[in-house]
Amino acid sequence: MSSTMDAFTVLAISCGAFFFVAGTIGLLRFPDVPTRLHALTKADNLGLGLVALGLLPQVAGPLAALKLIIVWLFALISGAIVTQLIVRAVR
Amino acid sequence: MPEFLFGAALFILGTIAVGLVRILYSRQAADCMMAAQLIGTGGVAILLLLAVATDTPPIVDVALMLALLAAFASVAFVGGLQGKASAQAEDHRK
Amino acid sequence: MAAAFDIGLIVLLVGIGAWMIVVRDVVVATIIFVVFGLLMAIAWVRLSAVDVALTEAAIGSGITGTLLLGAAARLKGADAGGTRLSFPITVVAAVLCAMISASLAAVALLLTYPAPTLAPMAMQNLDQTGLGNPVAAVLFAYRALDTLLEKVVLLLALVGVWSLAPDRAWRGVPSLDTTVPPSDILAFFAQILPPFGIVFAIYMTWTGASNPGGAFQGGTVLAVMWLLVMMAGVMRAPSISNVWLRWLLVAGPALFLIVGFTGVFIADGFLAYPPAYAKALIVAVEAALAVSIAATLGLLAAGPPERMQQK
Repeated sequence: MSSTMDAFTVLAISCGAFFFVAGTIGLLRFPDVPTRLHALTKADNLGLGLVALGLLPQVAGPLAALKLIIVWLFALISGAIVTQLIVRAVR
Repeated sequence: MPEFLFGAALFILGTIAVGLVRILYSRQAADCMMAAQLIGTGGVAILLLLAVATDTPPIVDVALMLALLAAFASVAFVGGLQGKASAQAEDHRK
Repeated sequence: MAAAFDIGLIVLLVGIGAWMIVVRDVVVATIIFVVFGLLMAIAWVRLSAVDVALTEAAIGSGITGTLLLGAAARLKGADAGGTRLSFPITVVAAVLCAMISASLAAVALLLTYPAPTLAPMAMQNLDQTGLGNPVAAVLFAYRALDTLLEKVVLLLALVGVWSLAPDRAWRGVPSLDTTVPPSDILAFFAQILPPFGIVFAIYMTWTGASNPGGAFQGGTVLAVMWLLVMMAGVMRAPSISNVWLRWLLVAGPALFLIVGFTGVFIADGFLAYPPAYAKALIVAVEAALAVSIAATLGLLAAGPPERMQQK
């Protein structure tokens, strides 16, 4: 059972790491601020979500797991809002 | 398992470092504003990984703090830059 | 793997630190400083100092940026970055700085191993305080006088900032809501984030007795939430002559002082707690301090009053 869970953790975190790489490549390659923001917030937030998902089986209980999900939700909210603010500032 | 989690944390740190170099090297203020957001997601992911890898649940609180407040840093940056832009506009008018 | 991560983090920190010094633009340097602080939070976590990491994350992302960007905006007329020093002065400054770095490195390298520590004593006496977090025990039981004076210093700093106000604006309001142009998305953010922030601040203050956290971290989160609603124009900045505001500012240190003097009569002396009520008293003082710290830090970052309140 636990080895299945460990395999799930490794898989999800690896996928998360892949999206962090994708975000960084987007940051390096995209031509202007709005497109770079897409790469930064969308890909990185997905990466964070997958990392949090992968860590769920490893924490002590349901409350600790809920906290991981809350961390991700906060990152989602702030990502969405900061993108809007920065794009409006540079326009 | 901790070895793998530390490895993943190091890997994400690497992507953050490359992103930071790109953002900060451009020296354009608009790019710099993204830096806090980059840490807000990548740094939070690293902290979550460290919390599980070292079995220290309070580190999740640090991640929560960073996720909650990194966006405010971006708000302050936007304010600072626009304050600067308006000051420059005033200087031009003089 | 852990060692590889630590080395990578150190390289990144040193690199960003160097870049911060090289950059000439004040605003960009400030942004890099904030980023440096956020990365430092991860470094503190690796040093097992989770309490410090929480403080660094809260102060670094919330208060420092606002304070320094405000200072940068004030410097815009003076343009401090434009003046070039003459070559001999640059050399002398570089030599002096190098000597400071060298002596700091010497102190770190010559330290006896294992380093002298009071940590075992702090853990031994933890039971008497009723607390579970040794850092909170140091702050509120073993070295309570330091903490009390620290809060008073914070208040004095605020008085110092207020004393910069021009005569016409005395008893006025800080003009924080003009730093960011009003926008619906910022107003939305300022309405959606504070409920979560306030809950998290209460949690931080409460959990500080037994886990990393405490009044300072909780108060800082509250201060940041307050700054956010003021910046977004959702709530007006208060007039500094507001009586309620001034009571909030002194409530924490005042309660701390009262509890401290009560200790003379019901316990061993000034700032001592009777063992049976130690935890309850400390949590009460922490709660009052969190509110006062929030008000003080928020007003510090908001700056001196600049105009009279509009009727």
